[in-house]
Amino acid sequence: MLLSEIVKILSCYVFACDNRLDIDIKFGCASDLMSDVLAFSQPDAVLLTGLVNSQTIHTAYISEIRAIVFVRGKKPTEDIVQLAESKSIPLLCTNYSMYEACGLLYKAGLESTMEFVPPNSSKKSFNSSF
Amino acid sequence: MNEFFSQTYEIKGKDFQNAGKVSTGIKTLLKQLGIKPEIIRKVAIACYEAEMNIVMYAKTGTMKLDIDTKKIKITVLDQGPGIQDIDLAMKEGYSTATPEMREMGFGAGMGLPNIKKNSDEFKIESSIGEGTKLEITIFIN
Ligand SMILES: Nc1ncnc2c1ncn2[C@@H]1O[C@H](COP(=O)(O)OP(=O)(O)OP(=O)(O)O)[C@@H](O)[C@H]1O
Ligand SMILES: [Mg+2]
Repeated sequence: MLLSEIVKILSCYVFACDNRLDIDIKFGCASDLMSDVLAFSQPDAVLLTGLVNSQTIHTAYISEIRAIVFVRGKKPTEDIVQLAESKSIPLLCTNYSMYEACGLLYKAGLESTMEFVPPNSSKKSFNSSF
Repeated sequence: MNEFFSQTYEIKGKDFQNAGKVSTGIKTLLKQLGIKPEIIRKVAIACYEAEMNIVMYAKTGTMKLDIDTKKIKITVLDQGPGIQDIDLAMKEGYSTATPEMREMGFGAGMGLPNIKKNSDEFKIESSIGEGTKLEITIFIN
């Protein structure tokens, strides 16, 4: 799904990198816990989060998250916008809640970054090969 | 050992303002060196989690990056409280993070297990009241 489509679906305001809305997003990932994002996300995802600080941008850069959507009207400060620009990570802001924003993208066909593990499965819930 | 790059970075405890700069800098450097993206991602995640642990729990520390033709080695050394029970600290979900740390998006108790997951070789040592040492090796091929 193109990032521009996500902007449309969630009626986003774009804070950083509005020239990069043609990038392809493969997965959706939603969390306020950055270590969970680092442990479970796959490259080329969009991150939906309510956490607006420099660690959100660092986490995205480190784990190949292509764009960030701040939910429920949260807005980044100027230093956060500049940090995102320097790392070429588009920052979007939506007034939808986390639940609604995820639901809308899921309904539009955006896959989850995490594989669903049924209960009683011998597979560990941690997306890993160890 | 065909060493072609070696550098040591300082990391200050409680310096939340600069937290993450060492690891994001290492990631940018590895991209410039032309290392494979899958390898870069593993190294970057391991470095970032280790850097955040120094910032959150230790007084001060260093991260040493050694790259040769076969592997990337990261040695993380800190002066701090040390870890009492390493087996417990390595468990997913175990965390002693404070509310402030949690507000910043940390404290899931996923850092150390995720460092191990992204490493090909991983060693952790700690002495109470002195500090903690991590040795992380990721093979390039
Ligand atoms: N360098 C360190 N010095 C002292 N204690 C540490 C250090 N690193 C980790 N610990 C201890 O081990 C626990 C588990 O660490 P781990 O990185 O797995 O999770 P966390 O830092 O609590 O949360 P997360 O990494 O998910 O944000 C920490 O809560 C802390 O008690
Ligand atoms: Mg940690």
